[in-house]
Amino acid sequence: MTAARVPPVSGRAVDVVVVGAGIVGAACAYFAARAGLDVLVLDRGPVAGGTSGAGEGNILISDKLPGPELALALLSATLWRRLGEEIGAERIELEAKGGLVVAATEAALAGLAALAAEQRTYGVRAVGVPAEGLAGYEPALAGGLAGGAFYPDDLQVQPMLATAHLLRAARAAGARVRPGVAVTGVLRGGRGGRVRGVRTAGGDVGAGAVVNAAGTWAGEVAGLAGVALPVAPRRGFVLVTEALPAGTVRHKVYAAEYTATIASDRAGLESSAVVEGTRAGTVLVGASRERVGFDRGGALPVLRRLAAQAVALFPVLAGVRVIRYYTGFRPYCSDHLPVIGADPRVPGLLHACGHEGAGVGLAPGTGALVAAALTGAPPTLDPAPYRAGRFA
Amino acid sequence: MRFSFDGREIPYVDGQTVAAALWAAGVRSWRTSRERAAPRGLFCGIGACFDCLSTVDGQPNRRACLVPATAGMVVTAQSGPGAPAAPGGGPAASTPSGAPAGRRCDVAVVGAGPAGLAAAATAAQAGLGVVLLDAAPRAGGQFWRHRAGDTGAGHRDWAVFAGLRAEVERLVEHWRQTEVWFVEPGFGLHTSTGVVRADRLVLATGAYDRTLPFPGWDLPGVVTAGGAQALLKGSGVVVGERVVVAGAGPFLLPVAAGLLAAGARVEGVYEAGDPRGYLGHGRPALASLAGKLPEAARYARVLARHRVPYHTRHTVVAARGEGSLSEVEVARVDQAGRVVPDSSRRIACDALAVGWGFTPSLELPLALGCATWVGHDGSLVVAVDPAGRTSVPDVYAAGEVTGVGGAELAVAEGRLAGAALALSYLRPAPFGAVELTRLLSRRAALRRFAAAMHAVHAPPAGWPDQLAGDTLVCRCEEVPYSRVVEAVDELGATDARSVKLFARPGMGWCQGRVCGFATAALAARLCGRPVGEGDLAAFAARPVAWPVTLGELAGSAGLAGPAGPAAPGGSRRGPALAPLPEPAPEQQ
Repeated sequence: MTAARVPPVSGRAVDVVVVGAGIVGAACAYFAARAGLDVLVLDRGPVAGGTSGAGEGNILISDKLPGPELALALLSATLWRRLGEEIGAERIELEAKGGLVVAATEAALAGLAALAAEQRTYGVRAVGVPAEGLAGYEPALAGGLAGGAFYPDDLQVQPMLATAHLLRAARAAGARVRPGVAVTGVLRGGRGGRVRGVRTAGGDVGAGAVVNAAGTWAGEVAGLAGVALPVAPRRGFVLVTEALPAGTVRHKVYAAEYTATIASDRAGLESSAVVEGTRAGTVLVGASRERVGFDRGGALPVLRRLAAQAVALFPVLAGVRVIRYYTGFRPYCSDHLPVIGADPRVPGLLHACGHEGAGVGLAPGTGALVAAALTGAPPTLDPAPYRAGRFA
Repeated sequence: MRFSFDGREIPYVDGQTVAAALWAAGVRSWRTSRERAAPRGLFCGIGACFDCLSTVDGQPNRRACLVPATAGMVVTAQSGPGAPAAPGGGPAASTPSGAPAGRRCDVAVVGAGPAGLAAAATAAQAGLGVVLLDAAPRAGGQFWRHRAGDTGAGHRDWAVFAGLRAEVERLVEHWRQTEVWFVEPGFGLHTSTGVVRADRLVLATGAYDRTLPFPGWDLPGVVTAGGAQALLKGSGVVVGERVVVAGAGPFLLPVAAGLLAAGARVEGVYEAGDPRGYLGHGRPALASLAGKLPEAARYARVLARHRVPYHTRHTVVAARGEGSLSEVEVARVDQAGRVVPDSSRRIACDALAVGWGFTPSLELPLALGCATWVGHDGSLVVAVDPAGRTSVPDVYAAGEVTGVGGAELAVAEGRLAGAALALSYLRPAPFGAVELTRLLSRRAALRRFAAAMHAVHAPPAGWPDQLAGDTLVCRCEEVPYSRVVEAVDELGATDARSVKLFARPGMGWCQGRVCGFATAALAARLCGRPVGEGDLAAFAARPVAWPVTLGELAGSAGLAGPAGPAAPGGSRRGPALAPLPEPAPEQQ
């Protein structure tokens, strides 16, 4: 990014500065502005310029293990549907396409059934699909699979448009959004070292609170406030094919092993194909996971593996062309849970980060929890599991 | 000889492409677009735009401008995206059998145009083991595109080509019909016909027509200037009976002259620049210009003989027609590059060849991390020193990819890069210091001339004023101008990449090859600032350099090997060329 001249940021003090104009920052800004707060969103890059602009836009229930992440996912899915009604589902390509999880072996199928049974206790809708029923969901799926489970409440959204429209709605509620303005310092000095604003390339801005929604780079922002936050990059690639006729791939389809891939702590390459069509006709093939820092190199072996896994699920894809791929860096926390809420070490600093590959799906719930923490309203969900203090 | 198109018999001449044969038979479109169901046919003519997709022998989405016609072939029109072929049908690429899994060599040269041929020949003359890779069935690139058995009539500097070609045939392993779809550092070139591993690279990937959108530019019958030329030189087919030639740059003249020689009626040449502008560029540019004058005068005589009007400071403002082109509207532009009100006139025609110069193919240099800059014509170009060295060690670039400047310059740069390669192996260059000095000074002079040329033939500054809200900016994804405006004004896009993410221009088959330059300019303009390197790079970076099937990618053991008569059996294989162990080792 070239060092552009940064026009001055208005000196008017605000209630909240949100650092990060990705999907999570957009959701925080939206809910905070709706709660009546004066909000300023700053990002050193453009809107959705980081991980939000490099993913598929998953809003998944199916891959969440029972516990606090599933609870947040369910809250977020409800909020996404509500946002879809408000913003216009069409405009953000919000689609209740449903997820089909398939198992290659009887053992994997048994594991899948056990997971679904547990998820159902949270109110998740999951339909067991016998082997002979799979083609009814996905005619082009490979034969020889043991069976699967269908999750009608898995959603998909176009993540860049969703970010932009959430920010637009936040602006309509009074928020200001300033992409291209880097936060270079967190100003402290109130009582108890309280946050009193941020320093930017365009000047200082007073703020009663700072929300760290800097995604994979949230550790840097926390560092500006003088605290450590263990958010690390976990690299992923998404292959994008040429446009195919509608209905070639109908749902979000992935192998049962995918859930284990997410939960893994290994630094090395893990991959399990997640295949889905988009409104633009392209088919997206994710998802690999590696902890290699911010290195973009050495893509080919990973791309090959994703391609092979996708073709194994959908043999018809063998003759379909890949036209590009995305590289993204998911914000990874070692316990695979996001960090949401006030940092006990720095009064006035809140975090909304560390969502790994589920930032789009978990953004609205995160935004709602952050807004509640900012206004002192009772949270819709017990925020304790996501607290920043857990790494201390 | 015939093939079938939607049940109709289409005659063709050996060596013609499917697109050319269809065009010659009067077929102007053979696909409808996905969103608007608009008719599409030939546009760029050289495989860059993906407008001409058709289903060939059951394989969907084949570029008809690249597929050679063969007897009995079954071609069908496509509506929207073609249905994927049944599994087991194999990859669509031509992959003849019996070839090696891959090659290891000293130097891989990508692109067999003027620069690549010169670099490959020079490096090979110095004793290096060279593999030359090119997408076309014959050497020559766009400049020396020709038909089998062509003796050079109507071509420029054919003797230079013949000499380079002979040297390449003698000394270099030439992989034809080979598209490089991925490059790895170090260097691994993954291609449609196999893997090449090389210690040094020369990127001579050339350029393709630079286009600007205007109302009606997606009508069949509107083609790029280079597309019209490729149709003629590659397949002997004239783009229309009544043709308007427009845009900017000296290239419009040979296009018009070629069409006239082939019997077309050229209704006019409309040049946006004002060649008198050369006078303002000082003696060095004028000295180079003097060398170009005889050629320009020759074209002027051809135009005059056919009573073809040549208008400067004119631009196309609209194209119209029902299903295909029937009329073009042109208008005068003022000193500031704005269309003069009430100056437009309509011209009946069945083809428009329009070009705004050329823009480099940057897939491979950007994938390797080579430094770039915004060149004199406003396109992103690779930064090199006079020896062709890029910012990445052992990667050289030559010719148009380093800034459009014509074939003579490209040959000089290719030879300089070849000599530098020889020296990098501590071998003497195949020519002496006198020739080296001459090449360096010739290169400098031609670069100066190119800079003057770009200043004179710049697109008129006011070109975006012609866009209506529903004018397509991106042909593949059918993104209208209004959506680009919305991305900036409503959705908060602050650069070209954001515009791309929010509105999808450049996201389709051609990956921004056609719309990238214009969309980057529009995005910057709407953001109220000049276009920057980052805006242009957002559309020029294509880590998958050419589409590759998931099957090929997965196997990537799609290691068939070189195609056609240039199979390595017929070429010299020096000690530095060795088959790769199979399979090609993965890094992980």
